[in-house]
Amino acid sequence: MSTLENIAKNAVSRGDYWFAELTKDATPLTGLCSSVKAADGKINDQDVRYIAVVPDNNNHYPRAAGGEVGLLEGWTLAKVVSQTVAEDAGKAIKRAIVAVIDVPSQAYGRREEAFGIHQALAGAAGAYANARLAGHPVIGLIVGKAMSGAFLAHGYQANKLIAFNNPDVMIHAMGKASAARITLRSVESLEKLAATIPPMAYDIENYATLGLLAQLMEIGNPDSATPDDIVSVQSALWNNILDARKEGVGLKNRLGADNRGSSQLVRERMRQEW
Amino acid sequence: MERFEFTYPAHTPLTGRAQAGVVGSGDLEALYEPKTGDALRVTVTTSVDGSHTLWQRFFDRLSQLRELPAGQLDINDFGATPGVARLRIEQVFEEAGYAN
Amino acid sequence: MPTDQSFIELNARQRARNLLDAGTFRELLGPFERIMSPWLEPQGIVPQMDDGMVVAKGKLEGQPAVVVAIEGAFQGGSMGEVSGAKMAAALELAAEDNRNGIPTQVVLLLETGGVRLQEANLGLAAIADIHAAIVDLRRYTPVIGVVAGTVGCFGGMSIAAALCSYLIVTREARLGLNGPQVIEQEAGIEEYDSRDRPFIWSMTGGEVRYHSGFVDALVKDSLSEVKSHLLAFIAKGVPAQHRSDKFDYYLPKLTGFDTARQASREITQELFNREDLA
Repeated sequence: MSTLENIAKNAVSRGDYWFAELTKDATPLTGLCSSVKAADGKINDQDVRYIAVVPDNNNHYPRAAGGEVGLLEGWTLAKVVSQTVAEDAGKAIKRAIVAVIDVPSQAYGRREEAFGIHQALAGAAGAYANARLAGHPVIGLIVGKAMSGAFLAHGYQANKLIAFNNPDVMIHAMGKASAARITLRSVESLEKLAATIPPMAYDIENYATLGLLAQLMEIGNPDSATPDDIVSVQSALWNNILDARKEGVGLKNRLGADNRGSSQLVRERMRQEW
Repeated sequence: MERFEFTYPAHTPLTGRAQAGVVGSGDLEALYEPKTGDALRVTVTTSVDGSHTLWQRFFDRLSQLRELPAGQLDINDFGATPGVARLRIEQVFEEAGYAN
Repeated sequence: MPTDQSFIELNARQRARNLLDAGTFRELLGPFERIMSPWLEPQGIVPQMDDGMVVAKGKLEGQPAVVVAIEGAFQGGSMGEVSGAKMAAALELAAEDNRNGIPTQVVLLLETGGVRLQEANLGLAAIADIHAAIVDLRRYTPVIGVVAGTVGCFGGMSIAAALCSYLIVTREARLGLNGPQVIEQEAGIEEYDSRDRPFIWSMTGGEVRYHSGFVDALVKDSLSEVKSHLLAFIAKGVPAQHRSDKFDYYLPKLTGFDTARQASREITQELFNREDLA
């Protein structure tokens, strides 16, 4: 985690740093486990609830101390997001939810499996999906890692995904070392292969060719943001919130890239045959 | 991964089309579709590199053992033995014979 | 089919055909349409014509239904761009049907290790689409998942299973987020011994999942038992609250558990009593 050297003191991860920067004037929620932070703020006229999963050295479940999404994180995300939906149930305008994303993986451990981490992550994913279906614009802001089950739980149900264009920003199904081991390759060989197959690639520019991102943002130094950077990000969030309100509750905007052509073809063909 | 094509003389297509097998370790999937004409065109896509001669021999033998139906036979192979390959091909021919 | 036909021994297509009412099976995007993964051949991997996913429309007790069955024998049932899109599309179209007054039911037969690493980010994105579609559809009609084995249900698809309205499993089945080998690699053999089969099943096997309330029915490896439980859950309808919405139950339990203790089958079944969740 070499980026920690550059991160403002007090922040335990880049995700924690950006959560702090974006919620300077926001009201924090209390009573959550220390690895989940949430705060209510505003961008221009839009009410926004920000949510992040961050490292916690003293995590009650030690296997989730490094910012992983584990048992408590999954269910706490479920609770925070579900309560957001419940609170706005009677309102015509549902507030936006911004997931600040920097999650290295799901948590790996015996308690995790036995006590149903798969169910905890489903709690989170389901809550975010419910929120989107209820009309809350859900925006995923990927500032660091967005990996596998952790990303499925925290961010992949968003209407819109925004990512920083930065070498530390990584979206993938499995880390290089594990993926290399499982596919019986060296890491170098895996990287070489991944460079020729866009969905396997580890860099964010290749990911962007898949058509899943609403926006790829240039940020000079994501570990030390200038006031202009903050304004840019808030502006990007605000624009995507408005777009999400206009476009509706589904994920159709993720279809259309050439590198995702088969996903579109399958849907068209199945509709014809239905 | 390699792909081979073979053509064998044949007379009659079977009634319908059929699929058998799975592309799992030691197995293959076979798809047969009837076509009029005097040949069975076979395409084999296989995980076993350098197996052209083996497949050639396999189909040569098959064509001697039984009459081949006219049409198209596509095989996706993941290391099936000749025994398993024969089983799947017979399965697919049998089903195609009963298909509508 | 004999009355006690093994469900596990059937391949995906056979499972779908035999669950649907006799004579009603109609496959969509079947193998003859050859809609395959565009990513496997460039990597020298032999594709399967249906990309390991069978989508079959038909009837269940006379009502419109779709069975979506993963072929576990192809690439470990892993989810690629095409196979994932087939499942997502079927769920999406079923939701549309329900919005238009057609009560189309979806049953998911889950035999999968999760994302197909050779398609990594497209597999993961497809799984996110599947999650979205299950949550959408389950508002109208129950989504039933079946995990029978031998592959079981892992990775992002275990999250999909956990979003289903009802889950049916056999004793042979496993349902867990991470594969045993990956846990052992990440956390060490003391934490998780991937070669200790009784231990693995005591963590994620069908029986412990049933007794701790993570699944809704534990059946014999029998086609007729799977079918009868399936029909019973359809008849039950949408649950008052989906398991994945029960944070009020799970969070206090997990927060209160003394993590100086490790987990075991007994401890799990003591912590989560399936009667609490009824």
